[in-house]
Amino acid sequence: MATKIVYSPLPGIFYRRPAPDEPPYVRENDTCAEGDVIGLIEVMKSFHEVNSVVSGKVTKFLVENEATVIAGQPLVELEA
Amino acid sequence: MDDMRINRLLVANRGEIAVRIIRAARELGIHTVVAHSQCDGNSLPVRLADDACEIGPPAAAKSYLDIEAIVQAAQAKNIDSVHPGYGFLAENAKFAQAVESAGMIFVGPDASTIELMGDKVNARTAAAAAGVPIVNGSAGRLESADEVCEAAEAIGYPILVKAAAGGGGRGIRIATHSSELPRLVPQAIAEAQATFGDGGVFIEQFIARARHIEVQVLGDGSDVIHCFERECSLQRRRQKIWEEAPAIVLPDAVRRQMCAAAVALAHHVQYRGAGTVEFLYDEAAGQFYFLEMNTRIQVEHPVTEFVTGIDLVREMLIIAGCGKLRLKQEDVGVRGHSIECRINAEDPARDFMPMPGKVESVMFPGGPGVRFDSMLYAGCEVPPFYDSMLGKLVVWDESRSRALRRLERALVELRIDGINTTQPLHQVLASDGDVREANFHTEYLEPWLLRNSFKLQ
Repeated sequence: MATKIVYSPLPGIFYRRPAPDEPPYVRENDTCAEGDVIGLIEVMKSFHEVNSVVSGKVTKFLVENEATVIAGQPLVELEA
Repeated sequence: MDDMRINRLLVANRGEIAVRIIRAARELGIHTVVAHSQCDGNSLPVRLADDACEIGPPAAAKSYLDIEAIVQAAQAKNIDSVHPGYGFLAENAKFAQAVESAGMIFVGPDASTIELMGDKVNARTAAAAAGVPIVNGSAGRLESADEVCEAAEAIGYPILVKAAAGGGGRGIRIATHSSELPRLVPQAIAEAQATFGDGGVFIEQFIARARHIEVQVLGDGSDVIHCFERECSLQRRRQKIWEEAPAIVLPDAVRRQMCAAAVALAHHVQYRGAGTVEFLYDEAAGQFYFLEMNTRIQVEHPVTEFVTGIDLVREMLIIAGCGKLRLKQEDVGVRGHSIECRINAEDPARDFMPMPGKVESVMFPGGPGVRFDSMLYAGCEVPPFYDSMLGKLVVWDESRSRALRRLERALVELRIDGINTTQPLHQVLASDGDVREANFHTEYLEPWLLRNSFKLQ
């Protein structure tokens, strides 16, 4: 088992849900496949999906929902 | 002006429009205070204003959209008036009401006018009542796919499904056949509910190859004048990127009717301040139809300022502060031609990817008939939290062909280093045969971008 990190591709605001009244894309301890959406980055009023880089188990979110992030900031830790 | 009641103005906005408002206010001898978020403390408006106050974290919802924080900041700074700019809270009736309830002047129309025009179904009804032509569409709000289907049968396809609380080109879907409605309408209703907090929709007949032409109005609650029209058909994803004044495609008789229609609607709602009545123009039929009314200053107001010589932001402040329109219709004429290009922090070579970041250096165009409204300076940070517009390159000359030459010249002079912008797109557009002939409509630019993408690489 190796720990992998998903980094933010863009600066902006990180969202864990597709919309405020919908459930999160993934929760801690969920498994996800490579390419699955794990969150959204809002940058300059446009929304960009963040995809998992590996298949594995989500062990930890490293930022809160609606947190301000910079490009390259670690978002999620996975066990692959 | 002895009766001017505005002495201390809060600018409840950011970016180039905040700079624009500070400039107009200072020329009137008004003390300016900018309300800004945590990441805008070093912004150009903050540097230019007399004073500034921080209202919250970077996310707009927690700062520029926080009514309570802004009103409190205004009171703490002993403010007598608030200018909302465009976007953010500019068309929020609750904000206008909160400002007035706190004993300050809202530089804009009554909250009730904002509310009326913010509901696109009620706005259509008001336009029809004022004798303004509206697009064939549903009589009122629709709440289900069945209701949409029934209304669409009477109108004929294709139709546009629009959010009642929408506007600005947001929340619009096109249906070419009734079979698409069961899928499309619930989507439209859900999106309208999520985006605007109101799931109501309405439908309008789709007019192919229409132009977007809008009329600038100024009113004081009783008198209304127009400042002629703007042509804003070059749009990507229903957002304008290039605007002109006048609209050379309009025959004089149609221009007169369109301007009179805009004044009639503004009269009908006892409009106060600067506003814009937007129309669709069906060039083939020579017919125009009401689209919506924007109850604020618009991004593209400088093209009107160039051809009429009127400072629209100054007039807004005078109307709000003195209660009276000082211009008469016969004072307003059009001379020459003006074109505006929106310079956005987006990379046209990479599908308009947003490009926040640090601007290393800038060189602004100048010379006769050139204006660059912007918040940029060398070394400034463009934050990722807000709209991507960095500035507006606006030119004026005696004719449209000369204005195009001047625009090309100014685009050569403009340099923004550090982040990619839409400047190269405008360079290609300015030399395009159709654009040079003003031969375009609202569906023109997107296919053009597909055909011309190689020129933007």
